[in-house]
Amino acid sequence: MAMSDTPLLQLRGITKTFGSVEALTNVDFEVCAGEVMALVGDNGAGKSTLIKCVAGTHAFDSGEILFEGKQVHIHGPKDAARHGIEVVYQDLALCDNLDVVQNMYLGREVNKFQILNEAAMEHTTASTLKSLAVTTISSIRQPVATLSGGQRQSVAVAKAVQWNSKLVILDEPTAALGVAQTEQVLALVRRLGEQGLAVVIISHNLHDIYETADRITVLRLGRTVGIYDRRTTSQQAIVEAITFGVPTKVSGIPAAGPAEVEE
Amino acid sequence: MTSVDVPGPEGPKVTEGEIQHGIVGLYQRAWFNLRTGNLGAVPIIVGLIVVVLLFKFTATNFFTSVNFVNLINESAGTAMLAFGVVFVLLLGEIDLSIGYLAGIGALIVAELQLPGSGHQLNGLLAMVIAVAACAGIGAVQGSIVAFVGVPSFVVTLGGFLIWQGVILNQLEQRGTIIIQDRWINYTDSYGFSPGKGYIVALVLSALYPLSVVYKRWAARGTQIAKVNLYAFLARTLGVAVAVFGTVAIANHAKVIKTTLGLPLSGVIIIIFFILLTFLAKWTTFGRHVYAVGGNAEAARRAGISVPRIRVLVFALSGATAGMGGIIFAAQVNSVALTFPPGNLLLNAIASAVIGGVSLFGGRGEVRGALLGAVLIGTLQNGLNTLNVSNGWIYIITGLVLLGAVTLDTIAVRLQARSGR
Repeated sequence: MAMSDTPLLQLRGITKTFGSVEALTNVDFEVCAGEVMALVGDNGAGKSTLIKCVAGTHAFDSGEILFEGKQVHIHGPKDAARHGIEVVYQDLALCDNLDVVQNMYLGREVNKFQILNEAAMEHTTASTLKSLAVTTISSIRQPVATLSGGQRQSVAVAKAVQWNSKLVILDEPTAALGVAQTEQVLALVRRLGEQGLAVVIISHNLHDIYETADRITVLRLGRTVGIYDRRTTSQQAIVEAITFGVPTKVSGIPAAGPAEVEE
Repeated sequence: MTSVDVPGPEGPKVTEGEIQHGIVGLYQRAWFNLRTGNLGAVPIIVGLIVVVLLFKFTATNFFTSVNFVNLINESAGTAMLAFGVVFVLLLGEIDLSIGYLAGIGALIVAELQLPGSGHQLNGLLAMVIAVAACAGIGAVQGSIVAFVGVPSFVVTLGGFLIWQGVILNQLEQRGTIIIQDRWINYTDSYGFSPGKGYIVALVLSALYPLSVVYKRWAARGTQIAKVNLYAFLARTLGVAVAVFGTVAIANHAKVIKTTLGLPLSGVIIIIFFILLTFLAKWTTFGRHVYAVGGNAEAARRAGISVPRIRVLVFALSGATAGMGGIIFAAQVNSVALTFPPGNLLLNAIASAVIGGVSLFGGRGEVRGALLGAVLIGTLQNGLNTLNVSNGWIYIITGLVLLGAVTLDTIAVRLQARSGR
């Protein structure tokens, strides 16, 4: 792996319980800058819970988060944003009645004495979309409701990237999209990695993962099964890890066994 | 995927991004808006013209300059309440307490100006206190909605009963409180002298082009700065004709030998209209109101304090209700048990809805309240001059409301089909 030595984000031994249910047990996870890390697992494997712990939506019971090698405490979305962590949720979180520019700056409007500076917002939005090669939107002043699913997802991703973020987490970014639109979003995800961001993509779709990810973390029943290199691991091996994987006790190291199965 | 495929009547098939400048662009824009159901204020202005013409040929006392001034004074209070309703509806909430809250505003102002009561205040100060008190009541109601999570319908229905009860308790024994303070009564009876009226008209009609030019300059190089020159000139001319026409008619209105002149109530309404439009469209607060109404969860995730926005909007609704109540009290120089007059609450909500404000949040403009209030005011005033019974006035107002909302719903469906 050609990543830098210290991962941008490292989770160590994260445990989270809801009442008597242990949603996450001693989970380890990492992602480096310039890398697309896929987080996969069956329903109930704990993917969303893990992400919500990173985003500050959930407090975890034990374990630690290291960001750029230093331990950090994230107590809410604003803490996460301050560290440069942005999450693009499955259900998008865009306001349909507002236009692209207004959505991109939602909650962080450029203003002077509370009066909006529309020109500055429009210029930056245009250049952000251009830098991400999102070119299919005919007018950034049209309401988001008029956009296609792929365009909306692109806006949601661009919104996350805009804030000098270092880590972008995408929760099922292609779940509701058609074939062409899926390709459009996957290309965008790859571009984020190429631009030096750390990207975490959660998906059920192995095709999407093999199109984008450098490494793959498999969770099963709230435990880490292993971390696999996409280039040396077959899809079959990943499917086995998702369905029958035995959680590794050693943290962070690509597991022996299934990971070594060559295509 | 670069263009939105818009079904609808035949016309130039352009997308929003392709609309040109000049007179061709004007035509393209009109077709684009018509096909996508984005009719804006056109239907209501057409409706208003139809209503006015209808009454001109049927009622004898309608199309007179004196009645025109009366119409402004009558509609002012409703318009003021409707302004607050716009913001509440933009959030997707409802405020049923505003009718009696207007009564509370009027009651406080009447009590505070009462000569010989031992606590007589200057009328202007009394009005500020009354409006602030109503804003406070609105904020309390809004807090129950925002922090406890009780639906606004229930909270404000409670307010509806409570404030009605307070008014009953206060006025049952006393009957009527006469308002003598001239400042308070001015809000719905003062008329500018003809000369001053024209100066006001000049200032008001200059504001629209100046604001557009300023926005163009401030946002130069962006899409929002693109203004179609012909549409701009037409609107500027329209505003000027409307404003100067209003002043000219009001200056022509004479009761016996006294010229009525431009009513202050109309100017107050226009000032609030400008301020609240600015608040809705040019400030972060306004942007957040639209965002919360469009998708509260998205707004929350974007770091907007949704409860704070809700409390502020209900406070604003309380304030405009209080101010509207004062205008109504000034109209009759008193507060009586019959307050609020007629169907104030429903007229105010109907004004906003007829003006195109969605009940489901996120869609609508402040100007809708103004146009809706003028339409309802004209309708009810005209029917009164025709000596139509109250029953028929309610029925016709109801039918107009139904028609306007039906038209709006069809427009929204067109918009949905075109992906708007």
